[in-house]
Amino acid sequence: MARTVQFRFLAGHEPSNLIDLPWSVPLEHWDHPALVRRTRGQSRHVVRFVHLGTKTFALKEMSEHEAHKEYGVLRQIRAAGLPVVEAVGLVTGREAAEGGALDGVLVTRFLDYSLPFRYLFSIEGGAPLSHKLVDAAVVLLVRLHVDGFYWGDCSLSNLLFRRDAGSLMAYLVDAETSQHRNPLPEGMREHELEIARENFAGGLLDLAAQGMLSSEVEVLEVVNMLLERYGLLWDELTGVTEIDAREKHLIDQRIRRINDMGFDVDELVMEHDPAGDRLRIIPALVEEGHHARELRRMTGLEVQENQARRLLNDIASYGAYLARVEGRAPPPAVVAARWIAEVYEPMVAQVPEDLRGRLEPAELFHELLEHRYYLSEAAGYEVGNDTGLRSYLDSVLRFRPSEQALFLED
Amino acid sequence: MASISVKNVVKQYADGFPAVNDISLDIGDGELMILVGPSGCGKSTLLRMIAGLEDITSGDLFIGGERANDKAPRDRNLAMVFQNYALYPHLSVYENIAFPLRLNGNFSDDEIRRKVEEAADTLELRDHLERKPSQLSGGQRQRVAMGRAIVRQAEAFLFDEPLSNLDAKLRGQMRTEISRLQRRLGITTVYVTHDQTEAMTLGDRVAVLRKGVLQQVASPRELYQRPVNLFVAGFIGSPPMNFVPAEIEGRKVSLPFVSFEVPQEVADQFGDRQLLIAGIRPEHFEDAALVDANDLSHSVSFSAHVDVTEWLGNELFAYIPFETSREIHDRLKTLARELDSESLRTQLVVALDAGSRIGPGEDAKLTFDASKMHFFDPVSGDNLTRELAAVAS
Repeated sequence: MARTVQFRFLAGHEPSNLIDLPWSVPLEHWDHPALVRRTRGQSRHVVRFVHLGTKTFALKEMSEHEAHKEYGVLRQIRAAGLPVVEAVGLVTGREAAEGGALDGVLVTRFLDYSLPFRYLFSIEGGAPLSHKLVDAAVVLLVRLHVDGFYWGDCSLSNLLFRRDAGSLMAYLVDAETSQHRNPLPEGMREHELEIARENFAGGLLDLAAQGMLSSEVEVLEVVNMLLERYGLLWDELTGVTEIDAREKHLIDQRIRRINDMGFDVDELVMEHDPAGDRLRIIPALVEEGHHARELRRMTGLEVQENQARRLLNDIASYGAYLARVEGRAPPPAVVAARWIAEVYEPMVAQVPEDLRGRLEPAELFHELLEHRYYLSEAAGYEVGNDTGLRSYLDSVLRFRPSEQALFLED
Repeated sequence: MASISVKNVVKQYADGFPAVNDISLDIGDGELMILVGPSGCGKSTLLRMIAGLEDITSGDLFIGGERANDKAPRDRNLAMVFQNYALYPHLSVYENIAFPLRLNGNFSDDEIRRKVEEAADTLELRDHLERKPSQLSGGQRQRVAMGRAIVRQAEAFLFDEPLSNLDAKLRGQMRTEISRLQRRLGITTVYVTHDQTEAMTLGDRVAVLRKGVLQQVASPRELYQRPVNLFVAGFIGSPPMNFVPAEIEGRKVSLPFVSFEVPQEVADQFGDRQLLIAGIRPEHFEDAALVDANDLSHSVSFSAHVDVTEWLGNELFAYIPFETSREIHDRLKTLARELDSESLRTQLVVALDAGSRIGPGEDAKLTFDASKMHFFDPVSGDNLTRELAAVAS
């Protein structure tokens, strides 16, 4: 019986390019000019990457049932505003040219500027990087769990990382085992952490066996840190605080602590005890991206949390500078608008075309600020933006690989 | 090692949906219990409740005789096998099995070596311990993943659809491996699958679930020969049992293609029902031309028009369309939906000896042994004649 190949693509993903791929051939036997190589962790399924136009897509061959399921979960996680690769399509009803049904294919868009852990270790290595990876994974796990998602397969190779002003932000790549629950059972969270701990250890030991992990990294210490940091963040975001009902300023303090960790509290539940002298505070709805939202509100820029923190600081110092040179402090909205027009955009525009894909603009701006700071420190005086930029381009950025769409020979 | 018991266990989600509804099940120490059913039947939820991933709404869970409802997953000491399947390419097979023990921190290097070597012996991986995963066959890699579970010395193994990602060949091979390993280790095992063939070939006992309710727990043979209801009868067996409308008049049973009389003790089970669903397995038909006349005494013979045939070498399938009433048709459609199967077509599937010369378009003379038939209540689906069905040894 002839099958009808069905393509289901999200609007805006140039499906015409994707439709022309050789769907009647099993993925592992494809020989197509659009194929590109990328490193990827060991998957239970065949995964290949194609570069079409300006976008890279990951194709994963799996049973239609599984493909449907994962497509649905990925979309659900994304709809919740969590960092996850974007599922853009599903191909079902494939039939081999010589007859016989083929498995379905899940199509995800590869994230620009996303980096696999092996790449990161190949350029920086060492304990600071492993700590950054742990922190990124912890934030992702807590965010998933707060929103009721169980992942079930957290590992270094199932994560992609984007640079975030010196730290990293982790994106979920593989959601075959994910489930949504409201609320997430305690047992699933515990189990998730056990899996993550073991998988992280396996990934790091594997790097060590390959000679890619600096000997200063204590694997056991790193993976135990994952549990500790998760516990701290989870407790801070979801724990119940009991305060004296007269000390209401402690409520603000709690909210500010959560903000400092990069989260907003959208809803807070407060309960009086029967006598009315104790107050229990329970953050009911927290959302990551406190600074990113503030920056977007002020400037329209879409960046990650730590980048936003960094840019907000720069806006604040620009405000102070304007106040000094103009003799009065402009209102914050004016400062933000002038900072964009007078600082950020001119700086980004000066980066030559051929170097633009190396880093995201916000990350590049962050690195530039860092670079200028070190130059100034060494020089003993404040180095200007233009000098800082020239030095950064010539001595740093020019030697960096392009990270926008990283193709690796593995 | 430990027994596992669930008593009146219920899992109700926040939206009120009961994913698992009052299930009681005793899994003996060392037993391999299969939980099987179509998607949404509650099998994985039940497994996750045993593992501690899912809270138990009501009822009790006992592991090794101890109530475990409130124990954290890790304190239950159960191994979810294959879950962390990832094998690390630069680590030796030995390290791939050993590293989780090192993380645990409770074992000396000597103890770890002893455990890994013992597991490797059981899994016939001893000669491969120094190799890298890429140097192993697909089956051997799966065994390394099992090795990780074995060295943990868990009270029981839990498998959640472990073979669903594998190709058919490796799946068959792994099924045998798991069965052999389970027997050798004598470890209590709960195994979830939607595949009835897997369930039948693996289990000591098989628990069939439907919409969160346990239908029947029995040996594969018992399930096959004495299913409690239409659902179990339709789920177990491939190709599935044929269901045809049966009009009843005293002892006389009229099927769309033949009428015959059943013994009084069978007719007694029908009560005053006038319409039943009769179930006959494909292999209980025979080509009359190939049956010794002496053996025909207990059989019902009939002629039917064969639509299509498929000759498979070891047997021949013949397809025979029949008419049915709207009432029975609708019932069978609902059943097909519940079974997750392609729509049950109103045709008999008949499995004959490969020596049969019956061809498509012919009127064939067939026989079947009426004592192997089942009669089901069309409304409740209950098997009315289950108690009378003989269990062949």
